[in-house]
Amino acid sequence: MVATMALEIFAQQTVNGLILGATYGLIAIGYTMVYGIIGMINFAHGEIYMVSAYLAAIFLAVLHFFGLTSVPLLLVAVLLATVFVTALYGWFVEKIAYRPLRHSTRLAPLITAIGVSLILQNYVRIAQGARSQGIPSLLQGSFVLPVGDQGGVVQITHVQLLIIIVAFLSMAVLTFIMQQTSMGRACRATEQDRIMAALLGIDTNRIIAIVFVIGAAMAAIAGVLVSLNYGSFDFHIGFITGIKAFTAAVLGGIGSLPGAMLGGLILGLAESFFAGFVNSDYKDVFAFSLLVLVLIFRPSGLLGQPQITKV
Amino acid sequence: MGHPLLTQPLLTAILVLLLTAPVSGLVLDGYDFNLRWHPPLWLTLIAFCIHWMILLFKRWRFGEKTGKPSPWTRISSWGSRPSVHRLAFFVLPVVGLVLPFFLGKYGLTVAILALIYVLLALGLNIVVGLAGLLDLGFVAFYAVGAYGYALGHHYLGLGFWLSLPLGALLAACCGIVLGFPVLRMHGDYLAIVTLGFGEIIRLVLNNWMDFTGGPNGVRVDFPTFFGLEFSRHAKEGGIPIHEFLGIDYSSNTRNIFIYLVLFLVVLLILALVSRLKTMPLGRAWEALREDEIACRSLGINHVTVKLSAFALGAMIGGIGGVFFAASQGFVNPTSFTFFESALILAIVVLGGLGSIPGVMIAAVVLTVLPEMLRDFSDYRILVFGLAMVVMMIWRPQGLVRARRPVFQGRKG
Repeated sequence: MVATMALEIFAQQTVNGLILGATYGLIAIGYTMVYGIIGMINFAHGEIYMVSAYLAAIFLAVLHFFGLTSVPLLLVAVLLATVFVTALYGWFVEKIAYRPLRHSTRLAPLITAIGVSLILQNYVRIAQGARSQGIPSLLQGSFVLPVGDQGGVVQITHVQLLIIIVAFLSMAVLTFIMQQTSMGRACRATEQDRIMAALLGIDTNRIIAIVFVIGAAMAAIAGVLVSLNYGSFDFHIGFITGIKAFTAAVLGGIGSLPGAMLGGLILGLAESFFAGFVNSDYKDVFAFSLLVLVLIFRPSGLLGQPQITKV
Repeated sequence: MGHPLLTQPLLTAILVLLLTAPVSGLVLDGYDFNLRWHPPLWLTLIAFCIHWMILLFKRWRFGEKTGKPSPWTRISSWGSRPSVHRLAFFVLPVVGLVLPFFLGKYGLTVAILALIYVLLALGLNIVVGLAGLLDLGFVAFYAVGAYGYALGHHYLGLGFWLSLPLGALLAACCGIVLGFPVLRMHGDYLAIVTLGFGEIIRLVLNNWMDFTGGPNGVRVDFPTFFGLEFSRHAKEGGIPIHEFLGIDYSSNTRNIFIYLVLFLVVLLILALVSRLKTMPLGRAWEALREDEIACRSLGINHVTVKLSAFALGAMIGGIGGVFFAASQGFVNPTSFTFFESALILAIVVLGGLGSIPGVMIAAVVLTVLPEMLRDFSDYRILVFGLAMVVMMIWRPQGLVRARRPVFQGRKG
């Protein structure tokens, strides 16, 4: 009986961990791409994710107000609108806070990034109020799968299934864009050598802006999905989720796209197992400790290349 | 195409309207929403005006080529003149020592807070400003100092005077413990690890109910002065200070005492830091900030130099924490959030990375100003964020530019 219980918990935590990890992976893409291309940690990325959660709820309310009731249509419309406005946020932040500092010291953009995250957090708090907000659950119901031979079950809700599908679909699309299109090629060229890419006629400023837009769009997808899954959010969520997504990016190897997804999944699973089997109060401590340990012992991550300092 | 002075701001305005209309125009109310016209329209108008003014300003700057120094440069160069320093050296301590006797109860609390932030900013200034190590978890050392005193008092019965050096030592040890593994890291990774460390400390303080009391916090006894107590009636065997001095009891006496001790400690630390800045160690910090590889090839031991910066900064943060606990009489984890780290960083950045007078002015201004503008307290953090961004773009060296020690050759 005990074995079945443990197996059941194990299976359920695996499912939860994969879903958590998929969203971490989506947000981590923003960190990893920006770091790859201009070598800075976009500290405000977590707040972009937070803004997208609010946008999703607002668009849902507005569309509902105008009489749209079909669930698939609502989902697609909310997703598209949220991704569009969030991407604009990403573009605007890059343009105002980071572009003027392109040739400044390393510390400067990091400090403006903290400033931007304080601004976004408090702008949302003042505009929408400090209490936590809710989002109606559009998709209800779940699949129940049997586990083991003693009648254990594991539950996967429809929203969770949607998260997995959308996350992997957007990863596939992004990989296709980066590998096959001319824009993707320009991105990779800029990442390898910005000056050389500029000499070859690539508008590197535009490419950097595009990278910020892509990162924000991915964070927006995660924002919509996570809000639908949990049903509530507040203006604080960006901070913790941002750091965890950054942990995922570092774990997978910062600068590497598949690494971000892999890191996200590993972190999601690890956190989920820790919460399920050890102690759920300390799961944030566990994630932060993992971050510190990875940065100390393997700063290049699982799939990244070690950095070589040239003199 | 219209006039560039109008089209560009118009585009910005449209963009800002698009961005702010959903978030500030449609306010969530349960699963429904309320419409608000004013906030997005105001923000759009402000964005238009700002962009327009920037364009005008640029045009005006290009027209004039007189080579006159801007008013800012004049103010900051005035601030770094030796005669001004000498004047400040004599006047400020006297003003600071006399000040508490004229402040009311509320003013005294604000003054103590301002001094604590001066301490914290001086500490972080060593790590970020001088050694160039971006530490986003500085509040951890502040917490170690405060909790060191609170828990030391609670479990071991340690008093304020013993806790002060012990808290400082404990925080310095934490600084070294954190410093060791992060030695190899460069700027951004270091920032994230220190941030993680700060959060770990806060979360542990919050979750370890049996030892720290969790969110309920710990009560702290107020300090004594050579065994004299500041309460109305002393505990068994003690003498309250107002009876000893023969004055009327006033709850202010305690705060004046804390203020004076704190002020002396700030002066001491100030002397220490400004001495260190011109000593070999301080120069090694700044050299390491500028170019680590060059320093190491010249034989500077980067391990001891970085660790000393971490330890010294942490020690000063720890002292700030002990004073915080002593003045509040109570500590709990909500005082040590990431926002506190960001605030101290904002002070150091706004004052001018590496500039001791600038950082001190910024610390006083940024703690006193919000108290005076209580009505706008909602916008306080928003303004901090804006100031950090604007400052980095417009004046990355801060309000008062750091003065480099220069030795002039003998004349003739």
